[in-house]
Amino acid sequence: MNIVNFAHGDFLMLSMFVSFWLYALVGLDPLFSIPACALLLFALGLLIYKFAVSRVMRGPMLAQLVVTFGVSIFIANTAVLLWTPDYRLIDKTLLSGTWHFGTVQVSVPKVVTSVGSVLVSAALYLFLTRARMGKAILATEMNRDSALLMGINTDRVNAISFAIGSALVGIAGAFLSMYYYIYPQVGGMFGTISFAIVALGGFGSITGAFIAGILVGLVQTLGGYFFDPAYKYAIVFFLYLLTVWIRPQGLLGW
Amino acid sequence: MAYTKGNLVKVVVSLLALIGPAAALAQAPKVVKIGAVYPLTGNIASTGLDCRRGAELAVDIINGKYDMDLPLARTEGLPNLGGARVELVFGDTRGEPKNGIAEVERLVTQEKVVGIIGAYQSSVTKTASQATERLKIPYVCYDSSSPTLTQSGYKYFFRASPHDALFARDQFNFLKDMEKKGQKVQTIAVLYENTEFGANVGKEVLKLAQEYGYKIVENISYAANATDVTSEVGRLIKANPDVLMHASYITDAILFTKTFKEMNFKPKAIMTFAGYIEPAYLPAVKADGNDIVVRSTFALDLAKNKPLVGKVNELFKKKYGVDMSENAARSFTAPFVLADAINRARTTEPEAVVKAIQETSFGPNQVIYPWQGVKFDPQSHQTGDVAARGGRRPGALPPHPLRETPCPSNSSNSSSTGCSSGASTRSSPSGSRSSGA
Repeated sequence: MNIVNFAHGDFLMLSMFVSFWLYALVGLDPLFSIPACALLLFALGLLIYKFAVSRVMRGPMLAQLVVTFGVSIFIANTAVLLWTPDYRLIDKTLLSGTWHFGTVQVSVPKVVTSVGSVLVSAALYLFLTRARMGKAILATEMNRDSALLMGINTDRVNAISFAIGSALVGIAGAFLSMYYYIYPQVGGMFGTISFAIVALGGFGSITGAFIAGILVGLVQTLGGYFFDPAYKYAIVFFLYLLTVWIRPQGLLGW
Repeated sequence: MAYTKGNLVKVVVSLLALIGPAAALAQAPKVVKIGAVYPLTGNIASTGLDCRRGAELAVDIINGKYDMDLPLARTEGLPNLGGARVELVFGDTRGEPKNGIAEVERLVTQEKVVGIIGAYQSSVTKTASQATERLKIPYVCYDSSSPTLTQSGYKYFFRASPHDALFARDQFNFLKDMEKKGQKVQTIAVLYENTEFGANVGKEVLKLAQEYGYKIVENISYAANATDVTSEVGRLIKANPDVLMHASYITDAILFTKTFKEMNFKPKAIMTFAGYIEPAYLPAVKADGNDIVVRSTFALDLAKNKPLVGKVNELFKKKYGVDMSENAARSFTAPFVLADAINRARTTEPEAVVKAIQETSFGPNQVIYPWQGVKFDPQSHQTGDVAARGGRRPGALPPHPLRETPCPSNSSNSSSTGCSSGASTRSSPSGSRSSGA
């Protein structure tokens, strides 16, 4: 449906706060708040789509571009108002500590997050390629008019895909809240990098985004370690520029 | 002419019309607006809020009547301007240098402020001070610590606080003191965020390490908004320094603290600048924030030697429900300098105010921090500029009983390590901050 969601980082922040409040108020471990975060963010995605995005889908291109930007500013500032700009951390989680393999140290929550992310990516892939709704989403993405001619309710498909994207960032937020600090502007840098990853992988390609995500993570960490940490983001974005120079559609884009 | 009733009225009215403008000229403005630029939203909004509170309390004291030694405390408003009230107009920089310029321009041209304070981040202060220089508006900064800010020869920019060259030197003096007590320190790694503030602390540390005879084994700059610092900490572990010196803002301080723990990086000491002293730091990292040394220009235990500190903190606590933090204490002083100068100048006209700022002379008992007061160097516009006065032996600081010395955190008995007031001590793993030394 070709909408860039600039509020993606803020959705991440909201999910982290959901996870935090479930922990602070009911004592629920972030691991178990994953379904709640996913569901709530799915609902939020539907709402935002219905009341903001779908309205401008028929409007000019520029309106489509800035609508989620407005949503982003609204969410971030409301969060500051509601929860103060302070930093919060969930300090006692089921999964904590570090595994040591010789000289290699791996943080337990980060390992679980990686495994969880792979599982979710696989599930998404299966959904898109096997499920009826998933195929409809892919069809709409490929060619909206043809999909419409085939009897696909593209407006509904758009709403669902927007909501699924939102639910996915909800899951990411719950995982991240296990080890990352939470504050109203936390989404900023994550949002920027996620755009680079999607563009690097190729818009519309799940496999591409998956590979690009791992690539960016590796380049950032190893580049920082062996070259110079000051340039680690420069290396990542250089890789991105290099890729779009050679393959403007991204690694696996059409 | 017959003096009829109607004519009399006309005469009186025209007389009033003549006197009117003259009276307005003699009468000082009722409100003096000062612009305050801080990062009120964005990555370090919690810091901005803290700064805002300090500045607001200062203006309360200037406008009200308080029995304290602070300038203008005992009188209401600015007495030489007919008791004019000071009003703060805030500008939000979001922590970005480009907004430093934009907000100063907005405050000066639209809100008609007559002076600027702020902006916390040195990188933002740098651009904001370029704007005030162009607009010819006085700017009194207390909360930015990069040494270069007062090295541009600006006419309208003044800094009422010492800067990182002094703070870094104090950290090294502290290190030497620890060596005298039997600690063996040979190697230092320096880690700093890559904007104006961090990069200049990095430079100072590199310079001082050579002067004090320590070997630098790693030199890392990084982006303060990084989401992951595994590679940075990986390099630190590989370098294995005795001491790490780290200049950061708050979010990166939290992220590094977590990553140090996760990757088990434990040098003999972690000595830090800025981010680690923020009130939001300890509640976020809790016990992981123990055993970290941080420089501070303010601590509540200063009240032992300076009753003024206790009194001001009481007011602060009454107003906001929390103790005064370092940020609030730092932004607290700038409004006094500016208001005092305007009061002495008897006008808000920029040239006269700048001249009055130049003649500022606050004694040690008129400020809430541990230095000698406020007096600006005529060239650099830096208060207590040790380097500018020259001739002082490296390492020798002006003797003062309340000189800033860093304290090791989490030591319940820090007096044994020789640290004095003005340092911050973290004593309780529960996250509450006690500053007893």
